[in-house]
Amino acid sequence: MNAPMALPRVWNQRAQGRVRRLERVSARLGPRLAGKVVEADAVVALLEELIEPGDRVCIEGNNQKQADFLARALTSVDVARVHDLHIVQSVLALPEHLDVFERGIASRLDFSFSGPQSGRLAKLAGSGRLSIGAIHTYLELFGRYFIDLTPDVALVAAQAADRHGNLYTGPNTEDTPVIAEATAFKSGLVVAQVNELVDELPRIDIPSDWVGFVVRSPAPHYIEPLFTRDPAKISEIQVLMAMMAIKGIYAPYGVERLNHGIGFDTAAIELLLPTYAESLGLRGKICRHWALNPHPTLIPAIEAGFVESIHSFGSELGMEEYMRARPDVFFTGPDGSMRSNRAFCQTAGHYACDMFIGSTLQIDLCGNSSTATLGRIAGFGGAPNMGSDARGRRHATPAWLAAGREAHRGDRAPPRGRKLVVQMVETFREHMAPAFVERLDAWELAESANMALPPIMIYGSDVTHILTEEGIANLLLCRDDEEIEQAIRGIAGYTAVGLARDRRVVENLRDRGVIRRAEDLGIDKRDATRDLLAARSIKDLVRASGGLYQPPKRFRSW
Amino acid sequence: MQSYYEANARERLDGLLDPGTFREILPPVARTLSPHLQALDLPAAFDDGIVIGTAKLEGLAVLVAAQEGGFMGGAVGEVQGAKITGLLERARNAEVAGIVLLLETGGVRLQEANAGLIAVSEVIRAICATRVAGIPVIAAIGGQYGCFGGMGIAAACCTGIVMSEEGRLGLSGPEVIETAHGVEEFDSRDRALVWRTVGGKHRFLLGDCDVLVDDRIDAFRRAIAQALREGDRLDLDAVEREHALLQRRVDRFGGCDDGADIWRDLGFPDPENVPLLATDALVAISQRLRAA
Amino acid sequence: MEHLEYRFDGGRPATAGSAARIVGVVASGNLEVLIEPVPGDPACSIAIDTAAKGFGEIWQAVMADFFARHRLAGIRVSINDAGATPAIVALRLDQAIEEFTRKR
Repeated sequence: MNAPMALPRVWNQRAQGRVRRLERVSARLGPRLAGKVVEADAVVALLEELIEPGDRVCIEGNNQKQADFLARALTSVDVARVHDLHIVQSVLALPEHLDVFERGIASRLDFSFSGPQSGRLAKLAGSGRLSIGAIHTYLELFGRYFIDLTPDVALVAAQAADRHGNLYTGPNTEDTPVIAEATAFKSGLVVAQVNELVDELPRIDIPSDWVGFVVRSPAPHYIEPLFTRDPAKISEIQVLMAMMAIKGIYAPYGVERLNHGIGFDTAAIELLLPTYAESLGLRGKICRHWALNPHPTLIPAIEAGFVESIHSFGSELGMEEYMRARPDVFFTGPDGSMRSNRAFCQTAGHYACDMFIGSTLQIDLCGNSSTATLGRIAGFGGAPNMGSDARGRRHATPAWLAAGREAHRGDRAPPRGRKLVVQMVETFREHMAPAFVERLDAWELAESANMALPPIMIYGSDVTHILTEEGIANLLLCRDDEEIEQAIRGIAGYTAVGLARDRRVVENLRDRGVIRRAEDLGIDKRDATRDLLAARSIKDLVRASGGLYQPPKRFRSW
Repeated sequence: MQSYYEANARERLDGLLDPGTFREILPPVARTLSPHLQALDLPAAFDDGIVIGTAKLEGLAVLVAAQEGGFMGGAVGEVQGAKITGLLERARNAEVAGIVLLLETGGVRLQEANAGLIAVSEVIRAICATRVAGIPVIAAIGGQYGCFGGMGIAAACCTGIVMSEEGRLGLSGPEVIETAHGVEEFDSRDRALVWRTVGGKHRFLLGDCDVLVDDRIDAFRRAIAQALREGDRLDLDAVEREHALLQRRVDRFGGCDDGADIWRDLGFPDPENVPLLATDALVAISQRLRAA
Repeated sequence: MEHLEYRFDGGRPATAGSAARIVGVVASGNLEVLIEPVPGDPACSIAIDTAAKGFGEIWQAVMADFFARHRLAGIRVSINDAGATPAIVALRLDQAIEEFTRKR
């Protein structure tokens, strides 16, 4: 008796599918497709033939760069032909990124950060128009592109393409390489919108083998200047906190390799390097290597010789000519322009940096911090990758070993290093909203949005120091949860959390150096004025750059 | 504190005036708060946002007023207006080289309604009367809030105006123009456009501002002292000359759409570069072109 | 606006001949602090007019800490506040005392 015949398994379904899609596109577009180049007014037709219902589609919504022309085209496809897409995307930045859900073109979402769309996202998720798979950090999402979230189609943006389909992404390379590689090598199709079609590219960032189609968009793709901070807006309190950070953390640990979370607090630190840090003799001893976008506020420190190298997640509008003139510092191609790479910079920030310092909205009594607010699903971006101990790290530096020694408890655990993770925040935000709370809003958000876990950005167990205008709490030196709670209360100032401190315990913590106030660090608060900033205005930054920095219009006052 | 832009009113006076010579009139302890703001349950200031007094500037006896832009955007209410007007009237009975007005204001304090309008009108009238008496009134404009509204008119009535590039002088504020006429007409967020229209460099090139200085308190000090020494003469001839100049300006530039068009017409070969020129370079080129 | 007043005893008298001093600006998130000598008054008296209502407990704590830092008697501290955080309030108070006690 014969065994029932099993159908032979087909091992190249994806490749076959790719051929089918290309044939459909070719048939529909006809002369509007020349090699890989698609005419702009055929792009909706392209997407209708290329994408199949239920496909996993990655739209390049990066932190800065947006494939806006393709995103808009996707909202115009015939929903009878293209529907129930599963969107995998770093950042939901444009209204079009959510329009596809409103129109039924897409129904499922895996992403990392939503920024300006966080309110609308919460509404759509709440009304069932969109189901969220999971919210990730950038590096997690990139990792899943190679495991279980591989895109079938990717819509990306580049500065230029040649006729073969090679792409130049230039300073704003960002996420494109990781998206294109994952898509291309699982028989997916990459569609690139470009600002220009040229005969010869300055350099090849994405090889044509990885690219299925190229379309020249009618207008250059949108790029958001997210990392420019006007020095005019830095307050005296932020100058004081920056002095405390430099003298109380950067100097004693010898922080040479680091990442700054974006904000006015860290901008103040950057602008104090050529002045305050210089006066402390710290040039060459701190802040030498950075995982950082090209912050204009770092220009004075670069010019003063503090900064030896910077690798960036993305670029920053207006910094292009300055970077071109400083190729020893920035990662620069043979063509002279910078190349960023979010995936590699995130990896560098996680494993190759000794410190992360950034701000947040709320901190609880365990040191957990969150930027979650009710009614908004904002996500995580890259901060958790920067602001967490890298348990897989093995190479030692003095800073890493010093923090590890402070953290060591008991006889049984082996000695380990520890990354410095610093949360820097004023005790009160605008409108007297306290930064320190008994219970994070993240818990309520998790309940109302049906999340598996409260969206905590940086876990208290990863935080090593909390810095406010009241002082620095070194959580590594705390012996138990009770001490951590009182150390936090001890620097929470006049917030309800701070006023409820056990004064005796806090005094004891100060005696032991667990809490250090400005006076304990030898800082005279009268010195904390804006005069200490190496640049006090955008114009000062332009001058510091020798006229090379060209700030976007919205930052000029001349 | 070297930057005029960054300094508050008292810091500007501290840096501008000869050390130890300033005597404040109606200081904060006099508590001349605005009764209107108190009635509206809004925060008030002890000096109602303006510091006035007598002093010496490079040895010259002056009466000086410095507006605090941070307080209500420098907007002028009844008390502030009375302090400026009183100062201007006092000059006519005193032996002073002139009046110095450090202006930083959005114009009339709307919360004070008619009282604010009247206050600004009285300031304008007092400026003219003081000038007719032969006493120069020098305005300095270089703060974050610029000098707009009725106080823009007041500034234009002064003997001379000293501005930095950061300063702005106009009538309607940029946001007001955009609201009234639409973003196509005037995009108030296009800061380069705003400065091409009302900024210090443009006002200097157009002739509304007499001296352009760097954003340094000591530069303002030197320019103000120099302007005071030049004296003043406001009579019918002067007014008629001014009107003729304004007519010629309308005739010559009336068809221009943008500040850059005016600069090109004035003879600047590279108008786009004007905003990026250093102050002394711009002044030198401008003087050469005027001489030609 | 909310009006608050405090008096603290046990300070030492301010140096004779000190003149009134003012620091700060009544701008959003900021405040002005006027310190006047009141010769013969054994207390430090403080009067606050603030746009931020309902924070009496915090003002009390901030003023108590301010008095404990400087312990001056014979002065009146008057504040016009437009919603400054305690950090800015404490900073301006210290700046005002610095101006008030500086020898000229």
